[in-house]
Amino acid sequence: MTDTPLLCIENVTKSFGATYAVDDVSLDIRRGELFCLLGGSGCGKSTLLRMLAGFEAPSAGRIALDGQDLANVPPHQRDTNMMFQSYALFPHMSVEKNVSYGLRRAGLPRAEIATRVTEMLALVQMERFAARKPHQLSGGQRQRVALARALARRPKLLLLDEPLGALDRKLREETQLELKKIQETLGITFIVVTHDQDEAMTLGDRLGIMREGRIVQVGTPHEVYEFPQSRFVADFIGTVTLFDGTLTEDRPTDAVIDSPEAGGPIRIPHAVTGSVGQSVAVALRPEKIVIGRTPPEGVENRLIGTVETLVYQGAASIFLVRLDSGKSVRVSRSNRERGEAEAIAQGDRVHLGFSGQSAVVLAS
Amino acid sequence: MRRLVPLVPFLWLGLFFVIPFAVLLKISFSEPAIAMPPYLPLWEWADGVLTIAINLGNYIFLTEDPLYLVSYLSSVRIAAISTLVTLLIGYPMAYAIARAPEGRRNILLMLVILPFWTSFLLRVYAWIGILKANGVLNNALMSLGLIDQPLVILQTDIAVYLGIVYTYLPFMILPLYATLSRLDGDLLEASADLGARPLTTFATVTLPLSMPGVLAGSMLVFIPAVGEYVIPALLGGPDTLMIGTVLWNEFFLNRDWPVASAVAIVMVLVLALPIALLRRIQSRAEKA
Repeated sequence: MTDTPLLCIENVTKSFGATYAVDDVSLDIRRGELFCLLGGSGCGKSTLLRMLAGFEAPSAGRIALDGQDLANVPPHQRDTNMMFQSYALFPHMSVEKNVSYGLRRAGLPRAEIATRVTEMLALVQMERFAARKPHQLSGGQRQRVALARALARRPKLLLLDEPLGALDRKLREETQLELKKIQETLGITFIVVTHDQDEAMTLGDRLGIMREGRIVQVGTPHEVYEFPQSRFVADFIGTVTLFDGTLTEDRPTDAVIDSPEAGGPIRIPHAVTGSVGQSVAVALRPEKIVIGRTPPEGVENRLIGTVETLVYQGAASIFLVRLDSGKSVRVSRSNRERGEAEAIAQGDRVHLGFSGQSAVVLAS
Repeated sequence: MRRLVPLVPFLWLGLFFVIPFAVLLKISFSEPAIAMPPYLPLWEWADGVLTIAINLGNYIFLTEDPLYLVSYLSSVRIAAISTLVTLLIGYPMAYAIARAPEGRRNILLMLVILPFWTSFLLRVYAWIGILKANGVLNNALMSLGLIDQPLVILQTDIAVYLGIVYTYLPFMILPLYATLSRLDGDLLEASADLGARPLTTFATVTLPLSMPGVLAGSMLVFIPAVGEYVIPALLGGPDTLMIGTVLWNEFFLNRDWPVASAVAIVMVLVLALPIALLRRIQSRAEKA
């Protein structure tokens, strides 16, 4: 039982008139994982979530929760609960009544409802606010109540629509870790919809990246960051410099991509599995590039350019280096020492280097 | 100039409520007379002596003749039942309009307001044509063979209920629509998500959150219905007792302005007290 997926989404499509909000999505969600659906606005992630909750019916395809087809199961009979982006707390009920709402609907005995509400409020550290009305709470407190209410019924699957979207940055970062801890403690499977890639990377055991109604890549944060499968994913997750070029040599042990943008050939120490002559892009993360006044050693690829912009961010500095080809390359370097002797300044000629192993070759 | 703007409602209230009310109050304490105006002044200044005569007789008279008490009670009863019926009909209509697709809502609201484009009096007369012995309703029922004797509806309380409900329905629908259309759809989905059937969601979320609209609509119907004159006069029968008709009779048939004023003052108090009480309960409930 434990290795079968909890939720199976098979070829699910949702169209509104002629537009496809969700287009042929297939996805398996594992038991106990925290899965992040990540994408820009209008990519269909919220529609997909609403179909899981039962607020929208798929135009085609099948959704099964724990083996049960959800096609004709109305929202109030599904073993899923949702935490709304707006929190959707009942304004005329106290915190305690909000949290117990789902338990009362389930017809649990009064004593058990009371214990569970206390338990849930303790979990989100809101015991002291049980008697308050939602309008007497801060945004962060409301967020906690919404989470407690959604968790109270102990659903098999918890759906969270931008759960931290309304919080300010500092609170959001604290809450991310807390949310992950709660998820691990309870062992409930979470699907979190977010447009924030940092949040998805922090929270998710796995991510599903959506674009125009389709899922373009599924993987762990590490896989998605280090091995993006398309320009879109490379660009969407983190920052990246893309060198356009043509595949000129492709052997089992190495490959060469000729890129006028990089001012010459880029060497990759592995096969690319493409056809020679094909146009490809080489993606490079800023932290994978070394920068210095002298040519770097131990790397296959070297570039020369001028520092155009330098941004000091405390822990790291970001350099925008303009190559002689006109291409701008983003490089980041962690500030290991204070008051570096060989500080690089704006306008300096610099040498860049990167290992072919750190680059990703993208065909699409 | 800007500081004067908040005073406008007070000016309005003073000009069109407080001053007329004070005039009415003054007349209600005076002695009736066959004169122009048909009452004696409250105070007289003669030879350095100010004589103030406050006559409570008009109020005592109201308690002596049971007609007045019966009329008050009957008015309140008719208005209360009409308000309830209006609410029962108006709520589903307002709900349906609020849930209708955005483009259609304005058309539906337009249809609710449309009857106002015809004179109120004309519309009440039209009901006579519908309800009378050989009117539209009876003819239709008889030709269908459902009845063989015409139903006596006109000049009964039922006709008055019909008239009030018909006339005041838009006043119920509009405030209800206003609250229901502002109801956050997420709350209804959250309720369903937490295991509530549609009817439970209605009882635990929709209805409590639309109470401001229910109260506003009910007052907009109940208050004018209590004092209604035209509808009971045209559609009601000799047994229909409403305070509006009694008031009319005192003023125009008996020309007893002081008693008529006393009737009006008591009516305002009868209406104002429960409303003030209701407001109080409401604001206390909101604070809690």
